[in-house]
Amino acid sequence: MTQPAIEIRNLRVTFAGVVRAVDGVDLTLAPGEVVALIGESGSGKSVTLRSLMRLHPPRRSKVEGTMTVAGQDVLAMSQRALADYRGATVAMIFQEPLLALDPVYTVGEQIVEVIRRHEKASKAEARARALELFQKVRIPSPERRLDAYPHEMSGGMRQRAMIALALACRPKVLLADEPTTALDATVQIQILLLLRDLQRELGLSIIFVTHDLGAAVEVADRIAVMYAGRIVEEGTARDLIRGPRHPYTIGLLKSRAEGALAKGSRLDAIPGSPPDLAHLPPGCPFAPRCPLAIDPCRADRPPPIPVGPGHTARCIRTDVSPTLLSPASRSDAAPA
Amino acid sequence: MSAALSPPEDRGGPAQPLLSVKGLLKHFPVKKGLLGGVSAKVRAVDGIDFEVLKGETLGVVGESGCGKSTTARLLLSLIDPTAGEIVFDGERVGSRALSLKAFRRQCQMVFQDSYSSLNPRLTIEASVAFAPQVHGLPRREAVARARDLLARVGLDPRRFAERYPHELSGGQRQRVNIARALALQPRLIILDEAVSALDKSIEAQVLNLLMDLKEEFGLTYIFISHDLNVVRFISDRVMVMYLGKVAEIGRSDDVFSRAQHPYTAALLSSMPSLDPDNRTEVAPLAGDPPNPIDPPPGCRFHTRCPLAEPVCSAKEPPLAVTDGSHRAACLAVQPGSGHSLAPPAAGSEMAA
Repeated sequence: MTQPAIEIRNLRVTFAGVVRAVDGVDLTLAPGEVVALIGESGSGKSVTLRSLMRLHPPRRSKVEGTMTVAGQDVLAMSQRALADYRGATVAMIFQEPLLALDPVYTVGEQIVEVIRRHEKASKAEARARALELFQKVRIPSPERRLDAYPHEMSGGMRQRAMIALALACRPKVLLADEPTTALDATVQIQILLLLRDLQRELGLSIIFVTHDLGAAVEVADRIAVMYAGRIVEEGTARDLIRGPRHPYTIGLLKSRAEGALAKGSRLDAIPGSPPDLAHLPPGCPFAPRCPLAIDPCRADRPPPIPVGPGHTARCIRTDVSPTLLSPASRSDAAPA
Repeated sequence: MSAALSPPEDRGGPAQPLLSVKGLLKHFPVKKGLLGGVSAKVRAVDGIDFEVLKGETLGVVGESGCGKSTTARLLLSLIDPTAGEIVFDGERVGSRALSLKAFRRQCQMVFQDSYSSLNPRLTIEASVAFAPQVHGLPRREAVARARDLLARVGLDPRRFAERYPHELSGGQRQRVNIARALALQPRLIILDEAVSALDKSIEAQVLNLLMDLKEEFGLTYIFISHDLNVVRFISDRVMVMYLGKVAEIGRSDDVFSRAQHPYTAALLSSMPSLDPDNRTEVAPLAGDPPNPIDPPPGCRFHTRCPLAEPVCSAKEPPLAVTDGSHRAACLAVQPGSGHSLAPPAAGSEMAA
């Protein structure tokens, strides 16, 4: 097997000494693979992503485990090596481009700066590359847009500009943190398709963080579901949508409004709320909300259990969990 | 409960719309240039008419800048309309028969940001009890009502009543906002992206709660959201807005299964498929919605519309009946509009 693009082993991130935001994440990405990390707020998906860029303030956070990106040990890098690594090996795009882009420089100037920081290039060469990037992300009248300030662009255009900026130094890995969440529906699908096209064209490995299962299915080969700082289920997009095995994944799929039977029926909501990360229960963190929880669930943390080729679930009840999917278990779905 | 704040009564009977909006218009002036002279205006809401029937849920969908939130704020007079009229159960809002204060008792709103819409220095019990006291309910009764309502929205008052907003999760805070909206026993609640900031598992809980409360208190909802799945699930009728205009309005099933306006159709097919074997291959629309400062002439959608013809940029389509109560503002479905796809005008026997 070729060297993986990203290999994360037993990643733990603790804030303020007590908040276990990421609590033992293992994740491997092959070159050219797209993995969606999905989960609710506080599940640790963005924290995992930011760890890969070492964006957490070192004083207030503790990062343990190992992370290897394109053969480089991320946690061992010096500040100088880190600055070379960010942008050239790994680039990141964010939810809100207006906050991620510098408001006082034109978008073109920002791209030129990045190229010239990492490579020997004249201003003119860098600008020509920037123009090429703008064409690649399909910004209309790219020549003129290079001289625009971020606030002069529309939301979808800004997101395209940020993608161009991220791709400026031909990174191997793209980290996307909810890049389509703030966009309108008709623009969101354009950006998802753009990311998919760019991935194919450039052979990028992408980790795509989102809370939207629909967006994940549109772009990802594999999906990893996070809950309380751990990956609770991982598999191909198809396996995960068609045959989810962790009760949390099943709950997420069933609580979606489009899955509801008829108007007037109630949604199958997951009861309760996510656990406090500073006081995690000893066993499975989902046990307090899980309809299948038994005593052993509350005693020990379940290990990842293989349930199919490349499909694992951290649940000791995967033998019975598929029964949750059947309509018979819809306790209060009967029409009034 | 005190007689000082008894539930408002139905006046016009079930057939009369609870809310009727005519020609609602809001233009915001934009300052341009160094001298700050007003030289342009944002046509946020540009002349819309609609009705909300008693006991129904009207869903409002559209992209940013379409005017859906401005409409909500206009309905509650949080901002003043440039023109237009709002009639609530037969009485014009602001008239002698229905003062603004009396109207606001009957019409409440829940906002998207659950944190910034609560006073951080009041306990949640005090927040919920605040409005009834303003409207003349003695403090003791207001607090009792607040505790009742907190229990009703799933927040045990013994555990939660004395907490401050920052001590609650987003879902819990939104329940407080819903309890507060109910405190005046309103008839209409406007939910402006009220579940959009919540996690999916919490969103489902809050949607269930909203449906239960609607039945229990006989409420009418205006449910504004960009999430079409949620709107389809909760709404009886749906209004689709584009750049300050109503593009289409009709029964939820009709709009979602037989969309008449090409914008509605594009919006529907922009939803991710959730089917790994059948991913979306082509985006239904290119580009972003145009700027409402300078909307395109004629039909506002013609710059992005796959069916656009020259007539679309020349003529503004009226919101006309296409089928029963289903109305759409598109020349391609309006007989005799001059669009090549338009059905033949009624009465004339023109060959297709």
